[in-house]
Amino acid sequence: MRARNPEIARGVDWAIIAIYLMLVSIGVMSIFAATYRDESILQGFLSLKTDYSKQALFFFISLLLGVFILLIDSKLFTATANLSYIAGIILLLLVFPFHTEVKGTRSIIRFGTFQLQPAELCKIFVNLALAKYLSQLETDFSRLKDQLIAAALVLLPAILAIFQSETGLALVYFSFFLVMYREGLPSFVLVIGISVMVLVIATLLLESNMLAGILTAMAIAAIYLFRKSFRRNRGLLFLIIGCWILSVGIQRFAVPFLFESVLKPYQVQRIYATVGRDFSVDPETMSEEDIRKMEDRKKASTYNVKQSKIAIGSGGFLGKGLMKGTQTRYDFVPEQRTDFIFCTIGEGFGFLGSTILLLLYLMLLMRIVQIAERQRSTFSRCYAYGVASVIFSHVLINIGMTVGLVPVIGIPLPFMSYGGTALLTFTVLLAILVRLDADRLMNLR
Amino acid sequence: MPLYHQSRQTVIQAIFLVVFVILMVRLFVLQMLSPQYQMQAMDNAVYRSIVYPDRGIIFDREGKPILENTLTRELMILPNQLKRVDTAGLLSILGIDTAEFRQRLVAAIVKNGRYRPSVFEPSLTIEKFVKLQESMFRFEPGFFLQERPIRTYPYRAAAHILGYIGEVDSTILRRTNFFYQMGDYMGLSGLERYYESVLMGQRGVSYQLKDNRNRIVGAFENGKYDTTAKAGRNLRTYLDMEVQMMAERFFANKLGAVVAIEPSTGGIIAMASGPTYDPNQLTGPQRRRNFSWLLSDTARPLFNRAIKGQYPPGSTVKPMGALIALDQGVITPEYGYGCGGAYVACGRPIRCSHAGGGHAANLRNALANSCNSYFCHIYRMSVDKGEYGGVMNGYVRWQQYANSFGMGVRLGLDLPSEDKGFIADTGFYNRMYRGVWNSCNNVFLGIGQGEMTATPLQMANLMCIIANKGYFYTPHFVERIDGQGVEDTIQRRFKLKHEVTKIPREAYEAVQLGMQDVVDHGTAWVARIDGITMAAKTGTAENYGIINGKREKLQDHSWFVCFAPRENPKIAVAVVVENAGFGATWAGPIASLIVEKYLNDTLRTHRLKEVERIASKEIILPVIRQKRQRLDSLRKARLEVVERSVTSSRNGMGDGLSSEKTAALTESTRSEDRAKGISNNTDKGSGSKGSRRLPENHSIHQVAIIRKDEGTQS
Repeated sequence: MRARNPEIARGVDWAIIAIYLMLVSIGVMSIFAATYRDESILQGFLSLKTDYSKQALFFFISLLLGVFILLIDSKLFTATANLSYIAGIILLLLVFPFHTEVKGTRSIIRFGTFQLQPAELCKIFVNLALAKYLSQLETDFSRLKDQLIAAALVLLPAILAIFQSETGLALVYFSFFLVMYREGLPSFVLVIGISVMVLVIATLLLESNMLAGILTAMAIAAIYLFRKSFRRNRGLLFLIIGCWILSVGIQRFAVPFLFESVLKPYQVQRIYATVGRDFSVDPETMSEEDIRKMEDRKKASTYNVKQSKIAIGSGGFLGKGLMKGTQTRYDFVPEQRTDFIFCTIGEGFGFLGSTILLLLYLMLLMRIVQIAERQRSTFSRCYAYGVASVIFSHVLINIGMTVGLVPVIGIPLPFMSYGGTALLTFTVLLAILVRLDADRLMNLR
Repeated sequence: MPLYHQSRQTVIQAIFLVVFVILMVRLFVLQMLSPQYQMQAMDNAVYRSIVYPDRGIIFDREGKPILENTLTRELMILPNQLKRVDTAGLLSILGIDTAEFRQRLVAAIVKNGRYRPSVFEPSLTIEKFVKLQESMFRFEPGFFLQERPIRTYPYRAAAHILGYIGEVDSTILRRTNFFYQMGDYMGLSGLERYYESVLMGQRGVSYQLKDNRNRIVGAFENGKYDTTAKAGRNLRTYLDMEVQMMAERFFANKLGAVVAIEPSTGGIIAMASGPTYDPNQLTGPQRRRNFSWLLSDTARPLFNRAIKGQYPPGSTVKPMGALIALDQGVITPEYGYGCGGAYVACGRPIRCSHAGGGHAANLRNALANSCNSYFCHIYRMSVDKGEYGGVMNGYVRWQQYANSFGMGVRLGLDLPSEDKGFIADTGFYNRMYRGVWNSCNNVFLGIGQGEMTATPLQMANLMCIIANKGYFYTPHFVERIDGQGVEDTIQRRFKLKHEVTKIPREAYEAVQLGMQDVVDHGTAWVARIDGITMAAKTGTAENYGIINGKREKLQDHSWFVCFAPRENPKIAVAVVVENAGFGATWAGPIASLIVEKYLNDTLRTHRLKEVERIASKEIILPVIRQKRQRLDSLRKARLEVVERSVTSSRNGMGDGLSSEKTAALTESTRSEDRAKGISNNTDKGSGSKGSRRLPENHSIHQVAIIRKDEGTQS
């Protein structure tokens, strides 16, 4: 059903827009606090040479783009979903011959002064395509075949991102499994995924023999607890024993194999640094350049996290006040306008400010879930869950990194980090959601 | 599609909620429960800079400063800020070329890095400073001017007394429990060290903000936590700089020492040790090189002989022997001894310079004529006194007496590293004579030879005791400290009166008159000053040294001790000139001039010639002089070579030859030093051994080349 008289304001969810405006404003303010030096503020904004003025300009462009998207007919998104996905994959592939190496990533194509990061942009297309696929009438998500196709849709760009050294964005693509879970992916996939994650982290944290002992103890305890059920249910015993063998196997063989053969030394090092342990490899198995690179990265990443923790930790309850934070004012935290922008809030506004910011994000996520559930069309619901997953994974990884819970993975904090592509991407993601929500009574396919 | 899985929205919302709660808990732990991050942020961003107080000044007795704080002006460079600097203009003001500029820039970067300032040109002249100041805007911010206080010595004198200051090292840092900080200056010797706590004042602290490259960006909290520096307090000394400078002039080319004390207070009027050096050498940029040169000098200018030189006192100790005997009651002033030209009671005769009848008819005469027999005899009477029951106890008593006269013990003046001289104890003699000895074995103690040495300070103090008729105050330099309060205990012990004897004043009169006779018509007639009655005693101390591996008897040390005026003593002086012969030849005139200068404030014209005569006379053992000259020429050569190699390398023509030559020269100097070190060691060892084996040679102390470690000084 086409809207005869497209009126922007009709059916728009103002709560989301309000939270969005607040977050981007806080972002511009934080960038201002982190990068403002003694220049005249008016001149700083007008010259468009300072980071905060550029971000303000991106904000303005994003608003224009958002309004433009709100004027588009919702059907266009379903119609072009597959096409845009293909275009996105082609863009991702084009990166390999045409990329410019910037700060260690190989994911950026440059046209003059304009930089494009397809892996970032592709999130929109993948989200649209996944929603489209899941909403197709012929898709039966209880079938393994369809589950595999959906997974492939998501994993293809993720793998391409890994090859472009964008581990962080690849992780973001994995978050689309949340959407699939909502749409009927068996729970045990999620449970197994989380269990494996816990097991891997435990492998890193604990002595391998001790962990094996703990796992064995757990298995024995389980057998003891369920000893009465075995008579009725033979399978349970085998399940427990199977789990035990699998866990010990992962812990003993799979994780070491992963670390020694699959991941790069600096990545292993970062992971170890996060759990607070020193990582040592046999230097003979590495080339000299690798060792040097690793040392550099080790120094840089441990320094970053240390300074970031100092910045946030020194904020206390109320913080030092806007522009009064010594850590962020005097460049102790590297990359503080982009990946470590949260430090500015943590130091300047303390626990109170940080919590309020986190609650804003949580409110946004909860609102999106709410919106998703009120959609009539599966496409819109899937799309909304996709947006929530992307934002959620970004916030988790980014803030987790600044507080030292997650390895140093360079991905932006949604709506706040300095950078045009990221802000535009998130704006478009959100604007499409608002547009679809405005037409929530339509059945889109 | 059917809403089969609608319940899963709660699971997803729960996942979101759990993750956010984890993040918030983490934030809570970081921000609310981890105060260490606040400290670390402070450490990162707050620069604690020390504001150094002015060090206290030291004044002489007339209130004129002996040392001052002056500002040295330095041109500093900040290598990372050199972009818009007018280098050509700077080069023309400093008068250096581009190559030199580059060299200094590299040196600065190597030393302190790009982001911290280093000294580009130290001690700028006033003209350069003014010129630079005028056009500084062309060189900022890569260059800036800085002023730093250093010590200067307007009189170029009193180096041994004042000592020097230097940067603290890690040992001091640890020992003082990090009271000092890296880069602090502290007194390392002399008064600077003894009165360090008074002179240094109180540091101020100013807190400043810095960025991630350690650049200062402003005051922290507008200086709320800053404390101001409190200047060090000044010292007022007893020193008479006129006398001091004259004394140093005498000892510029002699080895030895002079100490002059005001008997009524114990205040030290002058103290010089030869050879002297200019204290200005140990300030400023050349400090390190000059110090090592002074340290390697064979005449050892850094060694303060006035408090560390150990000399056999010779005849100058005879008045003490008399006082001990008087106090014990074994003699009276009228006691006489029939000396026939030698003391023969102990077998081998000890020669006396007089043979005439009655030259030792009473104490006064015996002192005036310095009769060896008389003082050997009364020494034996002291130690063999019946009531002690044996020489052992008698000697113990005698040693206690000597100690109370300040011999063989540290007097405790306000300079660090004083030596205590030497008075042997009974254990020493027991080892030496395997437990069997009598008063004949150490009879030489009566005439100041044998197992006994004293520092010039101790001898001057002995004169104070005689001048005061029985007491002394611990010799000290500082009369008072500016702003002195009850809490200042550092000076309290100098106000204590030390009573030494209980001898009636008449007995002292006899000793004093005897010493006056020494001047009026005895051995010290050269020291006579018209209009001043002086009491004195000459000394001629035999001594031995090791020269090229052989033990040789060296030229005697020339001793002279005196006080004046006798009736109302104002000054007591002890002078020793190493290897200068009779006491009256060099030490006597020096002491006399010092007394006259101090008492009359001026010298009569015919005496000025005498000053010239003494000052121009060099008295240094030929061995030492030769070594010294060789070292000097080596240094000059080395300096030339270094300069040449610097210039040649600057011109880009550094040749291997010059550096080879430098190496060769350095090596030869080193082997020289090594040889010296070895000879010193043998010196010391065989010296004491010799005295055990050859008791008949009554003075077994090489003083000329005595080596005590100078570690405490450096």
